[in-house]
Amino acid sequence: MVNYRSPARTAFVVFNTIFLSLTAIACIIPFIHLLAISFSGSSAVAAGKVVFWPVDLTTVSYEFAFRGGKFLPALWVSIWRVLLGVIVNLALIVITAYPLSKNKDKVFGRNIYMMYFVVTIIINGGLIPTYILVTKMGLLNSIWALILPGALPIFSMIIVMNFMRGLPEEIEQAAMIDGAGVFDTLFRVMLPLLTPALATVGLFSVVSHWNDWFSGLIYMQDSKNYPLQTYLHTLIIDFEEVIRMAQGDTAKILAYMNVRTGRAAQLFLATIPVLLVYPFIQKYFTTGLVLGSVKG
Amino acid sequence: MQSLLFTLRKQWQYHVLLIPAVVLIFIFNYIPLYGLIIAFQRYNPSMGFQSPWVGLDNFTRVFSQPNFVQTIWNTLFIAGFQIIGGIIVPVVFSLLLNEVRKVSAKRVFQTIIYLPYFLSWVILAGVMIDILSREGIMNTFLSLFNIGPISFLGDPKTFRWTMIVSEIWKSFGFGTVIFLAALTSIDPGLYESAIVDGAKRWKQTWYITIPSIMPIIVLMTILSLGNLLNAGFDQIYNLYSPIVYSTGDIIDTYVYRLGIQQAQYSVGTAVGMFKALIAAFMILTSYYLADRFAGYRVL
Repeated sequence: MVNYRSPARTAFVVFNTIFLSLTAIACIIPFIHLLAISFSGSSAVAAGKVVFWPVDLTTVSYEFAFRGGKFLPALWVSIWRVLLGVIVNLALIVITAYPLSKNKDKVFGRNIYMMYFVVTIIINGGLIPTYILVTKMGLLNSIWALILPGALPIFSMIIVMNFMRGLPEEIEQAAMIDGAGVFDTLFRVMLPLLTPALATVGLFSVVSHWNDWFSGLIYMQDSKNYPLQTYLHTLIIDFEEVIRMAQGDTAKILAYMNVRTGRAAQLFLATIPVLLVYPFIQKYFTTGLVLGSVKG
Repeated sequence: MQSLLFTLRKQWQYHVLLIPAVVLIFIFNYIPLYGLIIAFQRYNPSMGFQSPWVGLDNFTRVFSQPNFVQTIWNTLFIAGFQIIGGIIVPVVFSLLLNEVRKVSAKRVFQTIIYLPYFLSWVILAGVMIDILSREGIMNTFLSLFNIGPISFLGDPKTFRWTMIVSEIWKSFGFGTVIFLAALTSIDPGLYESAIVDGAKRWKQTWYITIPSIMPIIVLMTILSLGNLLNAGFDQIYNLYSPIVYSTGDIIDTYVYRLGIQQAQYSVGTAVGMFKALIAAFMILTSYYLADRFAGYRVL
């Protein structure tokens, strides 16, 4: 590139930098504001004094989250659900993607299997028939209702399948010649090579299990089984109710906390895991990008 | 037949590996298809699938309700603008971001703008309810310019625009990253020869950059057509209220209220089926168009 800079170019660069910086600020301001509110006293918040920095610094809203509310039980449900869900997702992805990465001469009916899976992206029973099925299977209130219906994420499976196809064939051939069977080849030879692909789809699984609130809402009849996001959903709809239901020394808490500070604290706590995970996703982002980017 | 058995015996392990997924997909994706018959019945939980048949009754009933027809229009309106904005905004930002020379600045910016994409609508709705309320920071800010207060979530006229803008805000960072990846893969030689020919910056953008990323713009546009009936259940369900049903109620929220909350399984299924049929048609069309015009295949 030529290093010459016309005045117009300089003007553009200045404008561009300012504009992009303002956009970045606009994206992050809501969360900073949320954080400031969560650490502020209720009267300062109610008076509109809190902008980006806590006023009357207090941690009472966080104490409420960890002691009084239903936050902690819901957090445990979520952690358990993410662990179980991601393990099930990854296991199914690996054992399904491997045979499908072969062509139809090696695996009889490979293309039929593939159609069988891919068609479900477009054709499915929809909300109510699935709901009736899960109910009839007696899965209501069970954690499996949150895991089994989406046990095999098709797009992630396709990403891993394509990744397997990109690996050099000689590796597998060498293993086969050494006498390894199909299972040995998959679990001993292929699996270690799949780490980058599994990290990508694994992170997507973590985020989608963590973020899902709707299955919790319809399949958990007892609110003590709610995962965190479902609990947060009830929280943003009616927080007063949550405070009323709380046990413990609520009088003292309520002197410093109100709906807005309490809500802000719990929402912020729920964003922390995503904040920790999402920068790592960026690294693998472009891998299965076009495939994975289809909304919904 | 003999040879088929022989083949299967030789490769049985592969088929064994496929069994768990085949079974699970059969149970949770194929069996519910049978449940679609309740769209043509008056479903009664105690009678199950032996409930009385009513033909197309559920369909005609729901279509004769004016508020359902309104939800179709609301869905198309909100989803349509979300799709258009969801293409234009990321394209503009990726072009602007591409002009930034400093790699670290670029990366910081990308990381910040696609944070909202990874947060659930529950969290974002909680944040929006706070900042968009009457006493919220947004109205405080606007009052500095003597605007407002605006009821972003409580006024039917404003509500759908709040949905459109906030969805674009949530996902433009993701789109920007995709387009930026396309921009960085443009052959630098093209720019060098353009400079030799005396092309200025904006001419380079107009004649090289934009034509080079046109295929991926076309692809993303076509693929998002399949979402024309998805105006975002998660988003709207967490933010709407009966006051804004007239402009904010969409097909999915309607199905949920009717089907699950009021337990009108048959009518809910009928609406869901109507939507799924149109969606399937649009997805297939969009994949056909993507293959035709952008050379893109899923498989």
